[in-house]
Amino acid sequence: MTAAAARAWDALATVMDPEIPVLSVLDLGIIRGIEESADGREVEITVTPTFSGCPATEVITAAIRTALAASYDEVEVRVQLLPPWTTDWMSEAGREALRDFGIAAPNGRAVLRLAGSDRPDSCPQCGSIDVEELAGFGSTPCKALWRCTSCREPFDYFKVH
Amino acid sequence: MSPTSEAAELPTVEAVADGCLLLSHRLTEWVSDAPTMEEDVALGNIALDLLGQARGLLSSLGDEDQLAYFRDADDFHNPAICATPNGDFAKTMLRQAFADCWLELVWAALADHEVDVVRGVAAKAVKENAYHRRHSRSWVVRLGDGTEESRRRMLLALEDLWPLTAEIAVPGWREAATDVLVEATIPVPAAALADDAAIAACVEERRALLEEMQSLARAHPGASW
Repeated sequence: MTAAAARAWDALATVMDPEIPVLSVLDLGIIRGIEESADGREVEITVTPTFSGCPATEVITAAIRTALAASYDEVEVRVQLLPPWTTDWMSEAGREALRDFGIAAPNGRAVLRLAGSDRPDSCPQCGSIDVEELAGFGSTPCKALWRCTSCREPFDYFKVH
Repeated sequence: MSPTSEAAELPTVEAVADGCLLLSHRLTEWVSDAPTMEEDVALGNIALDLLGQARGLLSSLGDEDQLAYFRDADDFHNPAICATPNGDFAKTMLRQAFADCWLELVWAALADHEVDVVRGVAAKAVKENAYHRRHSRSWVVRLGDGTEESRRRMLLALEDLWPLTAEIAVPGWREAATDVLVEATIPVPAAALADDAAIAACVEERRALLEEMQSLARAHPGASW
């Protein structure tokens, strides 16, 4: 990475998922490319959306533009669908931030994972492994609703995808 | 000639886009009215995925808003089952299970499509559909193999919906649908034959659906908020 591209990197680290404000777009793994012009005045960011209908995608794209406008004269945000986004692209820091926020992080790799065999490794509140699913769909497309049978608290689980 | 039916052909991109769009709209009709709050959330989520998939495919065909809001009912190409009215929860879930089985095969086929956007939507949709299938299947099983009343309703739903399945019975569909029905202890009918009367009724129902769905955009073209 050039010193100039680090400007883009730093700016992107401040763009948070509007639904999960502890997760930056870099942690989420949706930034697939940063291309700067030779003179450093233009930048093109490649973004891969998480879910087809996720309303956060448009908000995030606009936020990326705003965050980079301070450092560049021209900002281009390109949407790339292939290869499709997977939770395997989420950073380790992102996974930890999720847990600290009370959301169980995706447990395991998406490769060969079948819907239905996917479960959190533990309760993000008390750490117990005794957890059960309440509902396969949650407050956003990426989450399911689970409950800890030890501390009795419900919690969100970021599904392996 | 014996009344055997041949497998349906794989749908066009337009038929899949329209199917996802109208099925999504039907599911949103449940929101705030589903049997439980979790189900409100689940149906809303599934509708959102379908809407996103429809938008991706429509935008590969032209202007998505123009196609969704300003096309006349006769120019939609969705399989009838996608726009058929919700009925009760049993019918909605059986319709969803049948559509999910269809879409699983459709997305797998479209993952090799020549248009980049279509391949991209399909690759993403394969994963989203796996969650939808798991959900609809679990309800069909729970209701079909449930109480006397829930089973009665599931059998009625099957009677209503089965004639519409000829259109979506692409190769592999019958096996997938049979698998769900067998687990739900529901007798599997002989392969459905194309039923013109049932499909004609659905065309009228689609007209009513679109009248509502398109009314705002048509009354206020270009409106935004």
